[in-house]
Amino acid sequence: MFDLDLWREIFQSINKNRTRAILSGFTVVFAIMLFTILFGIANGLDNNFQKRFIQRSENAITFYTGTTSKPYKGYQIGRQIFYYNDDARYIKKEFPNDIQYISGTLRRNYNISYKEKKGEYSVMGIDPDYQFLQKAKILKGRFINDRDILNRSKYIIIGRLVESDLFGKESALGKYVNLEGVAYRVVGVYSDDGGDSQERIIYAPLTTIQKLYTGDNKLGTIMVGYKPDLSVDQTIALVNRIKSKLKNKNSVAPDDQRAIRASDRILTEKKRQDNFSLSLRILIPIIGFGTLIAGILGISNIMIFIVKERTKEIGIRKALGATPRSIVSIILLETILITTITGYLGLVIGVSILKGIGPSLERYFILDPGVNISIVFTATIVLIIAGGIAGFIPAKRASKIKPIVALRND
Amino acid sequence: MLEITNLHKSYPIGDSSLHVLKGINLSVKEGEMVAIMGSSGSGKSTLLNIIGMLDEADSGSYILDGLPIKNLTEKKAALYRNKFLGFIFQSFNLINYKSALENVALPLYYQGMNRKERQEKAMFHLEKVGLADWATHLPKELSGGQNQRVAIARALAANPKLLLADEPTGAVDSKTSYEIMDFIQQLNDEGKTILMVTHEDDIAHMCKRIVNLKDGVILEDAVIEQVRAKQHV
Repeated sequence: MFDLDLWREIFQSINKNRTRAILSGFTVVFAIMLFTILFGIANGLDNNFQKRFIQRSENAITFYTGTTSKPYKGYQIGRQIFYYNDDARYIKKEFPNDIQYISGTLRRNYNISYKEKKGEYSVMGIDPDYQFLQKAKILKGRFINDRDILNRSKYIIIGRLVESDLFGKESALGKYVNLEGVAYRVVGVYSDDGGDSQERIIYAPLTTIQKLYTGDNKLGTIMVGYKPDLSVDQTIALVNRIKSKLKNKNSVAPDDQRAIRASDRILTEKKRQDNFSLSLRILIPIIGFGTLIAGILGISNIMIFIVKERTKEIGIRKALGATPRSIVSIILLETILITTITGYLGLVIGVSILKGIGPSLERYFILDPGVNISIVFTATIVLIIAGGIAGFIPAKRASKIKPIVALRND
Repeated sequence: MLEITNLHKSYPIGDSSLHVLKGINLSVKEGEMVAIMGSSGSGKSTLLNIIGMLDEADSGSYILDGLPIKNLTEKKAALYRNKFLGFIFQSFNLINYKSALENVALPLYYQGMNRKERQEKAMFHLEKVGLADWATHLPKELSGGQNQRVAIARALAANPKLLLADEPTGAVDSKTSYEIMDFIQQLNDEGKTILMVTHEDDIAHMCKRIVNLKDGVILEDAVIEQVRAKQHV
């Protein structure tokens, strides 16, 4: 039931004791504001890691070759190692459960021209699986398929920027470009989030490039896409097992770090990031909890003080016929009202500060700091309830005070 | 109106206890104006507080207007205080952030009266104590005598059967105290039963009966010739 008179009493009490109301409200504003900001910043840090992680890892590891750094099995030091097609097939066969995609690559820069426009582009021979390793998005046409590999088709898939460089506003699909004096047909155009340089690559069937470039089955690298459900530790183990298989197959010393290499630095980094993210996730609730506790303590203190300050008033009201219930409700509702309004204010201030300073925080690795409004809402409600309890206990005690004791308290 | 028999009250002080009221017997009829006198520590304030249901007796009986006042719940005590009693305190005990009118209206608020009616009634009582023009003023903007008159108006607002005054003239100068006594006498003339604690002899003699308390017992209980406060004003 809405008791207008009771609310009138409460508003009068707040209005006439503004300092008191502002002081107690300030604690709440501050607690909720801090809660929001800290939470937002922690979320921002987490967002940053999430984004970097997504950008850089496609569940793919690249295996490179180098020269041997140790003599082994009668071979001299300094021997250049090459992968061949059968290396890729062998790896895929050895780890059928862990590897999802595999592709050999062979890359070289060629001059490419269309009509009077030309440029030098990196042309990469790849297997069909490569589409899933690089997360290239096909905009038009299609990607390389198995038939292209088999037929050594003179087909290419060009990046979005290659299309705009060479074809301007024209569509490249189905057109022929000139590569080393031979016509290659554009069968697809792709885009890639990885940045401009990623969109200036031209993909062609691996076998086509092998024939053009080396004339045999040599590969530049082998790219392995592992199952996404592998943990970082499992992935590191997988990489090491692949490495030793490749070393064994190519007669490389097991402890040779140079001849067979992999892009596994990203994995150790990812592990570090995962750890950091995990500690953030642990830290965030602790921060939140701490701020809330501070807020609750603040309100409790103020409520105890307020009730003490109003002891005499309570005594007067009781002498005039106020029931204990009416005493408790007037104090409690006042607290709840102040906490609700100021809690909301703190939320608004906190969120606007986050919005205001958010963009400028990007160089401190804080990306898009924001809060889950429902979390802050819950926090405010917790604070209101805590304030209510903090107010209720002294109010209840005050309502039990014999008016004569309260009145003696001058 | 008021019937007290063999009332005892003691306060614990550390391990021992202080026996303040040692068997009080007092009967007050409607329309009386009684002064309770005694030196400090005689138990006069304790007696008034028990009568005012601000405090509770250890033993003995207290019947107010036919109702036994014993083991009251807080809620019931609040109801009885509101219905039967009007308080006038030495230090006025007005709520400092409320205007004179709002202070007077407060007991009516606890009676559950609606706002409009409350204010009309409060205004009527303020007029009665001659402070209609000061209705919107806060206690701090009023003199001691004016504040006590506001307090009297407040005590009257709920139309109580019994008016209890604890040293009503203790905080004001003698001229003002005679003015206040004049008011109280007028109220008595209109039929209000009044019980007053005072240690001032001249104030006590403005009542119709003096009960003298000493060390927790009634030493003397005599009906006197009332001195009218009007002649001092």
